[in-house]
Amino acid sequence: MNIFINGEIKSYDQNNLTVFDLIVDAGIENKKYAIECNGHIIPKSKIKETYVKDGDKFEIVGAVGGG
Amino acid sequence: MANQNDELIIGSRSFKSRLLVGTGKYKDFNETKQAIVESGAEIVTVAIRRTNIGQDANEPSLLDFLPPSDFTYLPNTAGCFNADDSVRTLRLARELLDGHNLVKLEVLGDKETLYPNVIETVEAAKTLVKDGFEVMVYTSDDPIVAKMLEDVGCVAIMPLASLIGSGMGILNPWNLDIIIKNSSVPVIVDAGVGTASDAAIAMELGCDGVLMNTAIAEAQKPVMMAGAMKKAIEAGREAFLSGRMNKKLYQASPSSPISGLIK
Repeated sequence: MNIFINGEIKSYDQNNLTVFDLIVDAGIENKKYAIECNGHIIPKSKIKETYVKDGDKFEIVGAVGGG
Repeated sequence: MANQNDELIIGSRSFKSRLLVGTGKYKDFNETKQAIVESGAEIVTVAIRRTNIGQDANEPSLLDFLPPSDFTYLPNTAGCFNADDSVRTLRLARELLDGHNLVKLEVLGDKETLYPNVIETVEAAKTLVKDGFEVMVYTSDDPIVAKMLEDVGCVAIMPLASLIGSGMGILNPWNLDIIIKNSSVPVIVDAGVGTASDAAIAMELGCDGVLMNTAIAEAQKPVMMAGAMKKAIEAGREAFLSGRMNKKLYQASPSSPISGLIK
């Protein structure tokens, strides 16, 4: 299955992949982040029970320096 | 003597410092932290951007240096050019910051001048206020637009004093004065301050606060400038509250007695 994370295509073989698995894979499970799938925010309380589908587009954001 | 009870009230929150600072453009996170601590600021702006995927889990982040428990974060919409992108960004920010609802809305209209698109700004503000956000809003120095933003429920009006990051200073004291006189929510100069006297001038005009980033971050010694800004904000505020003397054009008035001179 192919999905997009922050504009980059990623391929996964496994089934039953959750959004939490993506967060762990990204190395940010202990950071502050927010995640959106196809334009809709996925609350952190739901990421372990939300499954990834082929073609999903994710945006994962954090806070950076800015004015 | 400073008035100890002179708090800045923004929406449901109150603050002692009237200096709000950005966290961008510093050499590193250490310098960011030192400058912000020196500034005494309680409110710090942050931008919301895509996270690096596959990063080292131990790589430090801004939030490690400026813990959200010690500062009031003000996520911004820098880089957004329409209402929809701004609203989307701030909803992500609210999720990121565990439901925190105080935000800085800025909808830009032009990449060169970073001048705000006030029509998109008003639309975004309406949506955000309905959605439960407390919106501090970057805008032009147009008093009519400032009033519209207040009327749709923004908790602070933040007009530019000159272009973002330009350091050109307070170019519009007369417009700022009209906005301040008409506003029942705090007016905070956002953008344009270059040095300490600019900050003092804004506060002497009666602004409730000043938000700045580049003036500190791009000073040759940012930490020292942060301290200078803190003092300038306090001095300007106290001068405003003191009520300045009347100007007497071309009329000198001696400070020493005119009688008792030796003959």
